Amino acid sequence: MNRSHVYTDYHPRWLRRPVSTYWWLEKPAYFAFILRESSCVFVSWFVVYLLLLIAAVSDGPTSYTRFIEWSSTPWVLTLNIVSLAFMIYHAITFFVAAPRAMVVHIGRRRVPEQMVLAGHYLAWAAASAVVSWLLLRDR
Amino acid sequence: MIQRHPEPLLWLLFSAGGVLSALFMPMLLVLFGVAFPLGWLAAPSYERMVVVLGHPLTGVVLFGLCALSLFHWAHRFRHTLYDGLQIKHLNEVIALLTYGAAVAGSVATAYLLWQIP
Repeated sequence: MNRSHVYTDYHPRWLRRPVSTYWWLEKPAYFAFILRESSCVFVSWFVVYLLLLIAAVSDGPTSYTRFIEWSSTPWVLTLNIVSLAFMIYHAITFFVAAPRAMVVHIGRRRVPEQMVLAGHYLAWAAASAVVSWLLLRDR
Repeated sequence: MIQRHPEPLLWLLFSAGGVLSALFMPMLLVLFGVAFPLGWLAAPSYERMVVVLGHPLTGVVLFGLCALSLFHWAHRFRHTLYDGLQIKHLNEVIALLTYGAAVAGSVATAYLLWQIP
């Protein structure tokens, strides 16, 4: 029997190139995107860290002292330093994106993007000042 | 009946959590994650911590910060898994796990803040 013809059911072929799972390693901009998105993992770690701190304080003075000691163990310290780098990257990228996500008007006039950005940086400075004032005063 | 999509609400939670974490977490992390452990600055006394954490306003801000930051994580993490690893077939499971963890974490935050003496 002659098998020279192979028949297949007609189906349009989509023009879709398969994308590699590691597409984000191909360009620096893609890698920066993935780094920015990964910052959320460190945000969630810091929430856990804060909750452990709150739990230690509500448990009493001994637990609080133990928490402060635990925070200086090498792996916790390393994790927190890495987290800090990601946290600053997260803050800057979020504030830079904010003027595009948020269009502010005063009266009929649109507030320039630079002003919205400056407002966010000012709020960041104010929040940091309040946090340090609460935790560092009267000693 | 109009089909309601949860995406705008989830994006709003993501965005609010992103702003709050960006405003408060860097300084908190500098102090509790680096400066106090390394002894650059003296950590606040236990009494001071009870006063600060026991204030209703701190409680509200901390609850908002923790809960919304968890929703920020859930939303961003879910989308990063979707874009980065292309695991579309696990969409529902991942959404359930991430937003579920955010809800559980918010409840835990409320409970822990309630326990402050």
